[in-house]
Amino acid sequence: MIQIEKVNKWYGSYQALVNVTESVAKGEVVVVCGPSGSGKSTLIRTLNRLEPIQSGRIVIDGVDAYGPHVKLNAFRSHIGFVFQQFNLFPHITVLENCTLAPTRLRGLKPSEARDEALTLLARVGLAAKARAYPGELSGGQQQRVAIARALAMRPPLMLFDEPTSALDPEMVGEVLLVMRDLARDGMTMVCVTHEMGFARDVADRVLFMDEGKVLERAVPSEFFARPEHPRLRQFLSDIRTPFAEAA
Amino acid sequence: MIELIDTYWLYFLVGQYPHGPLGGLALTLILAVLGLLFAFPLGLVFGIARVSPWRSVRWPVTALIQVVRGTPLLMVVFWAYFFLPSLTGQNTDQFWTMLTALVVFDAAYLAEIIRAGIQGIGKGQTESARSLGFSYLDAMRLVILPQVVRNMLPSLVNQFVATIKETSLGYIIGLTEVSFIATQINTQVLTRPAEVYLLLGLTYFILCFGLSRLAFWLERHLQQRTMAKAHA
Repeated sequence: MIQIEKVNKWYGSYQALVNVTESVAKGEVVVVCGPSGSGKSTLIRTLNRLEPIQSGRIVIDGVDAYGPHVKLNAFRSHIGFVFQQFNLFPHITVLENCTLAPTRLRGLKPSEARDEALTLLARVGLAAKARAYPGELSGGQQQRVAIARALAMRPPLMLFDEPTSALDPEMVGEVLLVMRDLARDGMTMVCVTHEMGFARDVADRVLFMDEGKVLERAVPSEFFARPEHPRLRQFLSDIRTPFAEAA
Repeated sequence: MIELIDTYWLYFLVGQYPHGPLGGLALTLILAVLGLLFAFPLGLVFGIARVSPWRSVRWPVTALIQVVRGTPLLMVVFWAYFFLPSLTGQNTDQFWTMLTALVVFDAAYLAEIIRAGIQGIGKGQTESARSLGFSYLDAMRLVILPQVVRNMLPSLVNQFVATIKETSLGYIIGLTEVSFIATQINTQVLTRPAEVYLLLGLTYFILCFGLSRLAFWLERHLQQRTMAKAHA
């Protein structure tokens, strides 16, 4: 589904991605973790070309993302993207957020788009909020709408860029549950997240990134039980025992 | 003062109409309304061009806006008055001359309001629209601009206030708007300039102050609506 080959990216003189080569199979759920500034968000944003790359190749579903003939808008519409900050459109209702792209870009009739959107909203548990405006919802609810909005384009692939990092702790669970259900339905997913519980229970594979490189990749059981790279060991111990050093 | 109003109120309001061209306060208002009406779409286009990712679009428009904003309206009126006829080959009457000047001038100011509005919306909105597959222009049209226009409603009313005051410069090219009429009344009465111009000043003030209050109310109203949403 995704082939990433020798991708390099610079911000000025700072190299954000260093020779990243990776692939994701259809139906696979891959979690990317790592300390902040490690390049994980940058990596996921290069997949649908929110960020340009300077060298390398990214092929998604047979389409060379940075190739000369790629139809960028059509290409992007086949990749669902969920942002840390939700980025719902605040001036239209929840339902309209979910029907805007399908009516305009998939050519659905308003009634069809509406039915589909309501089904998706029911799936994320928010059918009752269809007529509300995004500003009237909690963060967790907004993020679930954002997932429904992305799904409304029926993408074969979903990308999540720290979907729970901007949420109050009590709302993290509801979003992760939706994501887990999605994974169980066979959706191909790449998730940048710090939720190690999610990585352990849902991911097929976990990547660890630091300083723009993928330092380790393993199935969750291996990843957590037998981390090899010293940076990963440090990272996992920092997460598990945040007070170790102070004590 | 009462008899002044009593004698000249109709002349003050509509000029020589219906026995001559429409003038007075009515002309002032028509000019201001039409000015803003035409300036708005132009300002919208300019504002979008101003933040365009394409240099060839951005630069010429930016240059035009800076020139207009760096010039007094009086200059723009003169340009329109002397330059427009040589461009079109026929004499333009005062009304269209003034309207052209107002539209160009206001469009430049509106463009800056719109530019600030677009830049204030936040990158995330564009990114999420683009990631759904919308083109740049669709993202603008469907997602960014509706929010910008709503946010700028108060600024729009304030710009209307400015436009009303700007129409008084039509006096200089002999346009019979309300200031011109007031001067004519003054010439006829001869002995009471203070009262005539006090009335003129009051007219502008009531109109503009009222609209400013409306803008203020709009601003608070919009703010409250967003706050109510955020706290719900």
